[in-house]
Amino acid sequence: MGNPNVGKSALFSRLTGVRVVVSNYPGTTVSYARGSMKLGDEIADVIDAPGTYTLEPTSEAEEIAQKLLDSGDVVVNVVNATNLERNLYLTLQLLERGIPVVVALNIWDDTKHLGIDIDRDKLGALLGVPVIPTVAVTGEGIKELVENIPRATSPHTPARSRGERWAAVGGIVEKVQHIGHRHHRWFERLADASVRPLTGGIMALVVLAGSFMLVRFIGESLINYVFNPLFNNLWSPVVLNLSNLMGGGGFFHDIVVGKLIGGEVDFVQSFGLLTSGLYVPFAMVLPYIVSFYLVLGILEDTGYLPRLAVLMDTIMHRLGLHGYAIIPTLLGLGCNVPAVLSTRILESKRERFIAATLISIAVPCAALQAMILGLVGAQGWQYVAMVYGTLFLVWIILGVILNYTVRGFSPELLIEIPPYRLPPWRTVLQKLWMRTYGFLVEAIPIILGAVVAINILYYFGVFNAIANFTAPVVTGLLGLPKEAVTALAIGFLRKDVALGLLAPLGLSAGQLVVGSVVLAMSFPCIATFVVLLRELGILNMLKAAGIMIVAALIVGGILNLIL
Amino acid sequence: MSDIRQTTLARMREGQSGTVVQIQGGRGLVNRLNGLGIVPGKRITKISSMVMRGPVTIEVDRAKVAIGFGMASRVIVKTD
Repeated sequence: MGNPNVGKSALFSRLTGVRVVVSNYPGTTVSYARGSMKLGDEIADVIDAPGTYTLEPTSEAEEIAQKLLDSGDVVVNVVNATNLERNLYLTLQLLERGIPVVVALNIWDDTKHLGIDIDRDKLGALLGVPVIPTVAVTGEGIKELVENIPRATSPHTPARSRGERWAAVGGIVEKVQHIGHRHHRWFERLADASVRPLTGGIMALVVLAGSFMLVRFIGESLINYVFNPLFNNLWSPVVLNLSNLMGGGGFFHDIVVGKLIGGEVDFVQSFGLLTSGLYVPFAMVLPYIVSFYLVLGILEDTGYLPRLAVLMDTIMHRLGLHGYAIIPTLLGLGCNVPAVLSTRILESKRERFIAATLISIAVPCAALQAMILGLVGAQGWQYVAMVYGTLFLVWIILGVILNYTVRGFSPELLIEIPPYRLPPWRTVLQKLWMRTYGFLVEAIPIILGAVVAINILYYFGVFNAIANFTAPVVTGLLGLPKEAVTALAIGFLRKDVALGLLAPLGLSAGQLVVGSVVLAMSFPCIATFVVLLRELGILNMLKAAGIMIVAALIVGGILNLIL
Repeated sequence: MSDIRQTTLARMREGQSGTVVQIQGGRGLVNRLNGLGIVPGKRITKISSMVMRGPVTIEVDRAKVAIGFGMASRVIVKTD
């Protein structure tokens, strides 16, 4: 346990070997992770708790931390050595509860160039518990910490009032900490510039535009130089041979290979298990998953995101949120599931409802975006801009409407801004691997399953029946061919496959724009649906779903009229 | 007796330092600020503020904290 952004997850990862996402902003961990470690001859369970400043919780993430406290035998209290004054408050609160504590004095490496000198032995004596300096990111001091966990003690500490506790903290800090000359680092000046209106605004534009270009550059490079050559030169002949072996048609042929187009395999349109079923996830979506999460990981670890939150605060207030909601929103550009989870860093139920609804309607996930870039981009970039522009407008307008209609008020921004750090390559790559692996094991089975299901349903003409039934809405209102309803229905499973289904329909550019926007806005994929249900409760989830359907139809209809 | 050096966090100038005197707010506000070490008697320095009543950034105990404008208006500070 410890304050937010002190390195609890990094330490947890070191102790247990369990990989967890580590970033440089408060509120990375909104749930808890469990692992185990060897402690002498025994195996001990280790729990990574979300950060909290005090034992009087102010957000759901802090409440979780508070509840976890009762289940532990020993608390490893992670303390930020560069900010003893604030961190020891929680330490004293823990000691007052009579829980055995061992203190990890983390971020110890930063104390040197900040000119902070802490007498660790004296601190240990004053607190009455073991105090071990650690650097979780590099692993320094971890061994000593493990040796000292069995020595955790709960010295008798009287319960204090708030004022008394702060006074006690002040007394301890005065005795153990000496602050000498500090060397200003060049990025400290940068740190202040990024929260000033003018310089900060320019920096935000540069950072966001640069990130977008970098994501596109890496994504397109992977597609053009790695995956497309692989599929076209190596895989395509294999599938063609197989197609010949299977007689070039029939039920099983259509499931496995799909429809040949002009006697050739078309990886986008064939829609068989071994053609589109592999090409869509690996050659269209995966490259963008990798590039997006690489860039996001770097952004997370520099510590820039909380500064972006400060800059965006005024705008976000118009949407009934505060600036920190920009973090779940950015995560949503990767996948809506962790994004909805991370709304736990917001304080009120109202904010969480607004943020989760906006994310699931107007923030397309990386898989869907990759397909939009691939399919709509082929028609011209102005159409991609239309899709993004529309979704952005929907985000703003819907946010303003929700702000006026959802009852209650949203609290103001109050966040700690971490120092800038150079992203440690180890955590960046580890996060990238975890998130990419997550995509591979969770998405690919569903994608393959969806392709099989689609083909079977097609074969038996089920979709035709549905298409005729829904034709008035799909054709009349959205101006799409009636078969497009298949894509909208499949969107519930996977948005990327769904958009892929629009490819063989020979849509005009305008129709593709309508299709992409409606797909992005309408029902979330099943994984997001489940997480919305769990996080918002059934009533609010139904509300969010209702808003989604209505908004998707209205916006789709308007786009159809314009285009 | 009113002290002319008393102002709010929101109205302080950039770069100005002072000591927190009082937090004029309910328990919720006092509670949240307490966690971040913003309590009466604490020394703070204002770093910047955003336009249009945006958040105010301050330094407290070597940590930087961003506070919404409304909250910042309720933190009374005695400037140096």
